[in-house]
Amino acid sequence: MSLTRRGLIAASVGTTMMPALPRLSRAQAANTIRIGVLNDQSGAYRDISGPYGVECTRQAVAEFGNKGFNIEVITADHQNKPDVGVNIARQWYDQGVDMILDVPTSSVGLAVNNVAREKNKAYINTGSATSDLTGAQCSPNTVHWMYDTYMLAKSTGGAMVKAGGDSWFFITADYAFGHALERDTTTFVRAAGGRVAGSVKYPFPATSDFSSFLVQAQASRAKVIGLANAGADTINSIKQAAEFGVTRRGVKLAALLMFLPDVHALGLQTAQGLVLTESFYWDLNDRTRAVSERLRPRLKDVRPNMASIANYSATLHYLKAIADMGVAASKTSGVEVINRMKAIPCDDDAFGAGRIREDGRKLCPSYLFEVKSPAESKGAWDYYKLLQTTPAEEAFRPMNEGGCSLVRS
Amino acid sequence: MAADTTSITASALPDPAQEAGGAWGFTRAQLGALGVLIVFLAVAPFMLYPVFLMKLLCFALFACAFNLLIGYVGLLSFGHAAYFGMGGYLAGHAAKVWGLTPELAIIVGAVTAGLLGTIAGWIAIRRQGIYFAMITLALAQMVYFFCVQAPFTGGEDGIQAIPRGSLFGVIPLDQDMTMYWLVAGIFLGAFLLIHRIIHSPYGQVLKSIRENEPRATSLGYRTDDYKLLAFILSATIAGTAGATKSIVFGIATLTDVHWSMSGEVVLMTLVGGLGTVFGPVIGAAVIVTMQNYLAEMGAWVTVIQGVIFVTCVLAFRRGLVGEIAAMLKVKL
Repeated sequence: MSLTRRGLIAASVGTTMMPALPRLSRAQAANTIRIGVLNDQSGAYRDISGPYGVECTRQAVAEFGNKGFNIEVITADHQNKPDVGVNIARQWYDQGVDMILDVPTSSVGLAVNNVAREKNKAYINTGSATSDLTGAQCSPNTVHWMYDTYMLAKSTGGAMVKAGGDSWFFITADYAFGHALERDTTTFVRAAGGRVAGSVKYPFPATSDFSSFLVQAQASRAKVIGLANAGADTINSIKQAAEFGVTRRGVKLAALLMFLPDVHALGLQTAQGLVLTESFYWDLNDRTRAVSERLRPRLKDVRPNMASIANYSATLHYLKAIADMGVAASKTSGVEVINRMKAIPCDDDAFGAGRIREDGRKLCPSYLFEVKSPAESKGAWDYYKLLQTTPAEEAFRPMNEGGCSLVRS
Repeated sequence: MAADTTSITASALPDPAQEAGGAWGFTRAQLGALGVLIVFLAVAPFMLYPVFLMKLLCFALFACAFNLLIGYVGLLSFGHAAYFGMGGYLAGHAAKVWGLTPELAIIVGAVTAGLLGTIAGWIAIRRQGIYFAMITLALAQMVYFFCVQAPFTGGEDGIQAIPRGSLFGVIPLDQDMTMYWLVAGIFLGAFLLIHRIIHSPYGQVLKSIRENEPRATSLGYRTDDYKLLAFILSATIAGTAGATKSIVFGIATLTDVHWSMSGEVVLMTLVGGLGTVFGPVIGAAVIVTMQNYLAEMGAWVTVIQGVIFVTCVLAFRRGLVGEIAAMLKVKL
């Protein structure tokens, strides 16, 4: 009698564990490079990379072709939960994944950084904004491929002043990330000869009505309203600014963390006149148009933005380094793979020629864009006009200011 | 706390262990299930990924702590993430900044959660039903906003790179297996503690409060004192779970104090079976396994989770374990 009961309980426990088994039995091939794309496929950052980032990675693998070893791409959704992300990362690395890619959301991005270091594997972050990845928490196993808060602040703050927006007012989310964005941007605005007319902090994450802050910002007569926030808050402030007709009165709205899919979602009617920074725009030059065209069958109606196409660029460079050093050698040490990546120059259609710095920072130019008005736009996804370019070597935080332990002073 | 009356009532009640032929307060079926659980704990790390198992155990413990309150006192706390998360933050801070050994860090986390639970419980137990749930939610949101702002939590980034350190300063925990045995030990210890609480004379009074509070008051029990103590115990155990989790993963982040975590623990307990000893463990196992192994299916994770929840609520009102127990006519 008790046997059947135990059996039943054991069976119920066993059933919940079933999905675990096939993963463990998968054989690990010595001549296969496995890339794990870990990102948000169901939450707030899905449209920025998510499934599109995965497709960009696959495109890079397809373009790289067969150089004598197999390449496998696996993906997972970290659901923006650090513990889920860490768990998957550990499991992947332990079960033979050679490199983890993407990882948006700073808390998850930094957590995976520690796992990669502990396991001595390669890690390329293209999705997080935290500049700590190449600063206080930099690691010899990590390359930070795309944007960070410093680069966004420098381009939007500094280049904007050069483009004529010399007085600023900030609407800031009242938490560490918002403060950091406002502080950094203020520094660049002042350094470029602009002035900050004032700022207002709003409670985070409980604010959805930005009207009083927008009115306050307008009353300051500043030429630029800086939105030191992210995600839904940025979208809400832009929508409400459009309702108030802020931009029609000649005031520029500068979003400090914003991507092409966000503009697409808002529509040009609402987003027109918005100023933002990206490192990639599909219609920037012949090479970016070419790569976007090649990606078309995979992305369907969507155009890549800097976060999703960074996966393409990073994968291509990573595979070059692997081909250069050999699969067997690459399996023994993640640090060596990253060192090889730093040693060979980068060049691809998405970001052009570039290099990776000692502290793990990939260098590429940043562009200050203004969103077109519906009248200026000639077709689908024709959204940006270029205002200013910050060259690659100047776009990011100088190495000696980051406090990275890898930098020899 | 009315100790005399307690013991009298307890002896007057039939001993559940004797009536079912079990031992140590367990019925025979529970003993069997406990045996399976212990065997599982011993064998599982050799078959499954140990870090995943550790996460599972931390959440199972969290769900058990929550179940102590809702299953046995009938209080629906909708703010348990606050104790889970703060336990994690404080343990992480203690291990990383103060350099404490892991066992001390976990104790710091548990005690913090307990203190927080004392304050929150003292306020919340004055009301019942939906008002109780709302007060606990409101207090938990205050804790969340505190964590967003406080400098030591690292805001969005959380506390990163918390060292696992060495147990008692001598046994290094860097190996996943060593860490696993510690977590399994903590889990089993706390699980048995909860069982002991439920089956103590004190636990009997809690159940009587759940069934009929005015009658318990009329019998001379100060029900507020009993409820407060249950709340503190539950918060402390939740804090222990959170603290252990942050030591295992080396991170403590806002996810753990967010209200959705409070919702998740309700989900785990409901799926497993409210008011059963083993239900929360199974519920946590189901939810954590889904989050982990369905992660490859991308956006479908949340959809599948929703479908399973709806199915459970519609088809297995008593939860998985509750239904099995009802089918076999035993207590689990």
